[in-house]
Amino acid sequence: MYKLSGKVKLISIILIVIGALGIGYGFLTAPSTIDEAKEILAAEHSGHGEGHEAESSHSMEAEGHHSEMNATGHSAHGEEAAKAHHGEEAHGESHEDHHLEHVLHQLQTKPWAATLVAGFFFLMIALGVLAFYAIQYVAQVGWSPVLFRVMEGITSYVLPGSIIVLVIVLFAGEHFYPWQDHELVAEDKILQGKSGYLNFPFFVIRAFIYVIGWNLYRYFAVKNSRALATASNYGPYKKNYKYSVFFLLFFILTESMMAWDWFMSMTPHWYSTLYAWYIFATMIVSALTVIAITTIILKKFGYLPFVNDSHLHDVAKFMFGFSVFWTYLWFGQFMLIWYANIPEEVTYFTIRIQEYNLLFFGMLVINFVFPILILMNSDFKRIPWFVIIAGCFILVGHYIDVYLLVMPSTVGLHWSFGVTEIAAILFFLGLFILVVGSGLGKAPLKIKNNPFLKESENYHY
Amino acid sequence: MAAKVLHAIYNDDDLVLQAVKQIRDENYHILEVFCPFPVHGLDKAMGLAPTRLAITSFLYGLTGLTVAVLMMNFMMIDDWPQNIGGKPSFSFIDNMPTFIPIMFELTVFFGAHLMVITFYMRSRIWPFKEAENPDVRTTDDHFLIEVEVANHSEEALVKFLNDTGASEVKLID
Repeated sequence: MYKLSGKVKLISIILIVIGALGIGYGFLTAPSTIDEAKEILAAEHSGHGEGHEAESSHSMEAEGHHSEMNATGHSAHGEEAAKAHHGEEAHGESHEDHHLEHVLHQLQTKPWAATLVAGFFFLMIALGVLAFYAIQYVAQVGWSPVLFRVMEGITSYVLPGSIIVLVIVLFAGEHFYPWQDHELVAEDKILQGKSGYLNFPFFVIRAFIYVIGWNLYRYFAVKNSRALATASNYGPYKKNYKYSVFFLLFFILTESMMAWDWFMSMTPHWYSTLYAWYIFATMIVSALTVIAITTIILKKFGYLPFVNDSHLHDVAKFMFGFSVFWTYLWFGQFMLIWYANIPEEVTYFTIRIQEYNLLFFGMLVINFVFPILILMNSDFKRIPWFVIIAGCFILVGHYIDVYLLVMPSTVGLHWSFGVTEIAAILFFLGLFILVVGSGLGKAPLKIKNNPFLKESENYHY
Repeated sequence: MAAKVLHAIYNDDDLVLQAVKQIRDENYHILEVFCPFPVHGLDKAMGLAPTRLAITSFLYGLTGLTVAVLMMNFMMIDDWPQNIGGKPSFSFIDNMPTFIPIMFELTVFFGAHLMVITFYMRSRIWPFKEAENPDVRTTDDHFLIEVEVANHSEEALVKFLNDTGASEVKLID
């Protein structure tokens, strides 16, 4: 039986503390007045290029400001600013003020966004594993039961992770979700039309339904799986099968709505029907990667003698397959919007390509080209360190993916990768290791009495 | 003189797999195994070299990708540029996203078809070719292992094959 060692525990606690300090620093150093925002902007400009003449930098900024408006969802502000800009010189000053106010808002949003990106990244790993675990029961899979306890261990992060993300999205308010700004909605017909769904009380109710539903399934599934070890019949197994069927139905609905609520509504004018699937693809590929990495680490330390390289091969095949699936959805969404070129749709990609160019296309290379080249060969999928390398690329790539879901829609041009972002990763990584490690130690790593266990142990490709 | 061979017929795939391992352990030489369907792990048990079909498939895929790129570049950029959806076709890279489905499909098309044709050629199969399998039952529900007698004792080999679970053993001169 596995026990989280004191050293790992200490490291994860240190990570949590450092992370918490960094996040706190991010929130404390966020500007609270327009003057402070001005100073930060000035520092940014002097840092970026002193060669630029003041005039040209100003006009560039104004241009960027326009393109950013639609994409960041503050379209009403955008129209207003555009009017001011095209108006007479006398309006110049009010435009300047308005712009600064907007920048201030975005700079205040930054620590929130950084925390959400890292928080959701680790939550989605656990959630993806939970969905994969349910699929194993529903499909009555024969190869994977030896990995069930690893999956159960990883899903123990669903509870703390979902609560933290829930708190973030509920308290972020207008930082993330412009439709929560009553003044904005009052002058925006489109947002008024959507207010039947996008209103705060309903938003809160939905968020609670998702989180409670996921955690209930996780609680009962793990409970039954442990009860099966001492049971004299297959009762707990049959129960788990039933729960998993209903959970998968519930999950695909709530996952889609979660994607709309927590991410797509950051740009409430923009929508894509593929969006929820796209996030699901990110989720499942990261989840399988973490299953593979956890399995390899545990096996290396001798806790999983019953897992052979055929099991690893199958997990790696899933990593490979879902990487291609993710790319397929990414491209499906991109090509339709790019080709149709409808102004209200392309804003989403315009800001990402203009302002996040390297990340946007770099992510495609990391998430598609690397996994496909590293994992294509059948033999490489059985070599642990190859899978680990591919896994690291996939995890970094999908962190960038989540970053690009959130950042352009919330902080727009004023993005950076600094103390807060790194601290947020460290905090949630520490929490993840601590929770998953102690979750793995709660039951023997080999399940008992599962009807497919023997098939799984003898699994040979 | 053609080599003397024994045909051992089995009626279960697990039995064949087991028999192949036993025969090779005794250092008898298996010429060929005929099966009505692919048996998992048989190639490894027979000690066949790993297939290189996957490598050819990868190369064919690259060929297909190249063909697609050259074809789309010729059709849409060089020969007859058109303005589709406000995107004039004057440069390949700017119009690349529209060509990706074609690049993908031709990669798969070339990979799949050429791989099948390669497989046929490698297995020496072509239209109207006469079947090589020695017993028609191997196309239905029986498995056949062809073992070379060489300088071994014939009786001992027949007895050994019967012991591995063969339902019948025939001598072919």
